[in-house]
Amino acid sequence: MAKKYDAGVKEYRDLYWTPDYVPLDTDLLACFKVTGQPGVPREEVAAAVAAESSTGTWSTVWSELLTDLEFYKGRSYRIEDVPGDPESFYTFIAYPIDLFEEGSVVNVLTSLVGNVFGFKALKHLRLEDIRFPIAFIKTCGGPPAGIQVERDRLNKYGRPMLGATIKPKLGLSAKNYGRAVYECLRGGLDLTKDDENVNSQSFMRWRDRFEFVAEAIDKAERETGERKGHYLNVTAATPEEMYKRAEFAKELNQPIIMHDFLTGGFTANTGLANWCRDNGMLLHIHRAMHAVIDRHPKHGIHFRVLAKCLRLSGGDHLHTGTVVGKLEGDRNSTLGFVDQLRESFIPEDRSRGVFFDQDWGSMPGVFAVASGGIHVWHMPALLNIFGDDSVLQFGGGTQGHPWGNAAGAAANRVALEACVKARNEGRELEREARDIMTEAAQHSPELALAMETWKEIKFEFETVDKLDV
Amino acid sequence: MNNGIAGDYQTKQTLETFGFLPKFTAEDVQKQVAYIVANGWAPSIEHEHPSNAMDHYWTMWKLPLFGETNIATVLNELEACRRAYPDHHVRLIGYDAYTQSQGSCFVVYQG
Repeated sequence: MAKKYDAGVKEYRDLYWTPDYVPLDTDLLACFKVTGQPGVPREEVAAAVAAESSTGTWSTVWSELLTDLEFYKGRSYRIEDVPGDPESFYTFIAYPIDLFEEGSVVNVLTSLVGNVFGFKALKHLRLEDIRFPIAFIKTCGGPPAGIQVERDRLNKYGRPMLGATIKPKLGLSAKNYGRAVYECLRGGLDLTKDDENVNSQSFMRWRDRFEFVAEAIDKAERETGERKGHYLNVTAATPEEMYKRAEFAKELNQPIIMHDFLTGGFTANTGLANWCRDNGMLLHIHRAMHAVIDRHPKHGIHFRVLAKCLRLSGGDHLHTGTVVGKLEGDRNSTLGFVDQLRESFIPEDRSRGVFFDQDWGSMPGVFAVASGGIHVWHMPALLNIFGDDSVLQFGGGTQGHPWGNAAGAAANRVALEACVKARNEGRELEREARDIMTEAAQHSPELALAMETWKEIKFEFETVDKLDV
Repeated sequence: MNNGIAGDYQTKQTLETFGFLPKFTAEDVQKQVAYIVANGWAPSIEHEHPSNAMDHYWTMWKLPLFGETNIATVLNELEACRRAYPDHHVRLIGYDAYTQSQGSCFVVYQG
């Protein structure tokens, strides 16, 4: 029988709390950590989150009866306690795939982390994880090249790649900047990087930087017999300007460009990734602004969600933190989202903060980039944590070497290769770290000096955002 | 290396992975072959004149040694390639069929 129009305000849970619902393979599933205002029942708060992130509004409207909201609505189908936190709870919400435009992580985020985050009935709200259905994933472009193609283009096998962000990050002229790049690359780094703050300021316009860097790479390749690259940051004020810079990088035969996906935005990122795929260009992704969104344990979006969205939007590298360096990052949690970047299937694993099985199908993988406050002494642990499909970036740890960039680069390369060799021989990297490094330093004065320079540096602070286990 | 002049880092032809380590001993090479075999990868040998070292494709020494788990056989083939092309670089690859990539690749002999 057809429904009658009944105006007024209804309880959210009447429509949006459905504990008997069995999610479909095509549903997009989300897990939120919810902290409600005191006195509001959990089911009502959970249902409100489902409603406000899908079809609901605060009052019934007559035009609802022109469609089938039972088909389109999001449903809260499960509530769980958060271990050790009586104030908050998890709710699991299923959204029908028809709510989202094909190939648009923008559309997904606008719904899931839109108005609902300002909802008054909530004290805090955090999007912990999303299970993207394979049907949605197949509509997304993903990484322009992916790990396997990048390895083949750059001829890097059996080890992580080595990089560095060029310092000082602001203020160098284009020619002096190119010198710093050349010194790093001739010394043994595979890749160097524009700092994210480097766009096209008055002290160094982008076009001049691109030309000098291209010459540095060409010379370093000829002299070392190795392939080299530099992430040319094309992040700019408008997409039009980004494409102009990307085209010039291509004209100079450069292998890789760079974008800041959160400050630039997902629309810009997805468009640039498509351009890269069409033009044989690799794309490095920086993540400025992420800690604003992901660091508070009760509010915002966990980085594993941002990482999944980036893999869908498109990027060949993504910064993940280092676990051991100067920036925030819990080891298990980091491993949890590193898997999301690189693997084709990741099972639910609460000990790593993974709330859902995630099938990526045939989507290419993204290199995990560890960067920030790391030096040669961290090398054994970094190789253990990140494995071969990673880029280890030593900025200060290369350019702060007493003999300069080339010697600093060589020190890092010797340390990396010694660790890879030891690992392949079956040695335990972290337990035998001191022996492996000391042996390697015997034939490398550059490494011996680096080990002496950075022997005292430690970054031991408690992680702010811990896993709820 | 530094030729006794500390701080003067001289650029070297390093030819990618393991190019910064001292020349591998026979035992070092044997351990890396064991690693390739233990991973279930297919050992493969390639050689090329140094003047063409930047090419993606080097000349294959026979077909990859599919299914070969005897480390000595792989070492013998490396040696045979070296004898046949003494002025060429010779590299050893471990083809990983699952990732469709090379799990390992390094130059064993420099030409």
